[in-house]
Amino acid sequence: MNSVGEGCTDLKREYDQCFNRWFAEKFLKGDRSGDPCTEMFKKYQHCVQKAIKEKDIPIDGVEFMGPNKDKP
Amino acid sequence: MKCILSSGFILAIVHCIIVQVFAKATKIIFFLGTMVKYFACVGLLRSSWDQVCMAFWQRYPNPYSNHVLTEDIIFREVTHGNCLVSRRLLTKTNRAPRWMEKYLPVTMARLAYIIEDSIVDPQARTMTTLTWNISHARMMSVEERCEYRMNPDNPSWTEINREAWISSNLYGLSRAVQEFGLARFKTSVTKTMKGFEYVLAKMQGETPSRTLAEHATDRARETALAAKEKAKDLASQAQKKQQFV
Repeated sequence: MNSVGEGCTDLKREYDQCFNRWFAEKFLKGDRSGDPCTEMFKKYQHCVQKAIKEKDIPIDGVEFMGPNKDKP
Repeated sequence: MKCILSSGFILAIVHCIIVQVFAKATKIIFFLGTMVKYFACVGLLRSSWDQVCMAFWQRYPNPYSNHVLTEDIIFREVTHGNCLVSRRLLTKTNRAPRWMEKYLPVTMARLAYIIEDSIVDPQARTMTTLTWNISHARMMSVEERCEYRMNPDNPSWTEINREAWISSNLYGLSRAVQEFGLARFKTSVTKTMKGFEYVLAKMQGETPSRTLAEHATDRARETALAAKEKAKDLASQAQKKQQFV
């Protein structure tokens, strides 16, 4: 799957691979020993956040689970 | 915005101009009544909650997701309570039916941006997701909330409780746009479930084919799928605030 930042796809895929392994083997099994993917995530985020700004994608100030608060 | 000579549209422009001029002069917040279409259903996947959560992060691309162009995690954190909190940004192609395209500006973006927030709680074995569009929101807003948990009747299966709120603020066209939105959403749910089944089959070492996934879907539907569907119109006076600056 491609990243929204054309130059970030490789970094994204590398991070995804690391995350999927950690998620299945550690996180879901209750192993809290720590996340081995933090460095990869930082590199990937640096790239993708830049692309988001360049493309003017309106993600700023959107609260986590934001719309959920208005639900009847 | 391209000027289309239909009375409804001209009325909308005039209405907007009057409102904006008035608002600029007095800085009043207008409360607009919004019609909201509500939809709920329960889905079933014949895989464990763990497998489904893993598949959730690996679901793109799949044969049913050709309209999804990009996928990015733009925020992620493990909370003190050991829950995984993530935000995913998706870009999708924005397809409107031909009757609607007549009313849309020619310059309107063909790409839609969607945010999906999720919380995975490995202690409680639940995952909650909230997905909504951050582009074209005034035209049509679709918000979907899902709860993934172990099926109470069969612990090796996963139940998905899905709710959606579809609303449109387009003057004069809201109802038609909402109906379109609801119809498209239901088709989208079918694709989502098929996509999940495809990815789960692949993960479990089976050779997935389009027909295999469809066969599994039909079986699941016949035997155990309970789908509750409610469509209520909620007219609320002060629910949505719109500020004209």
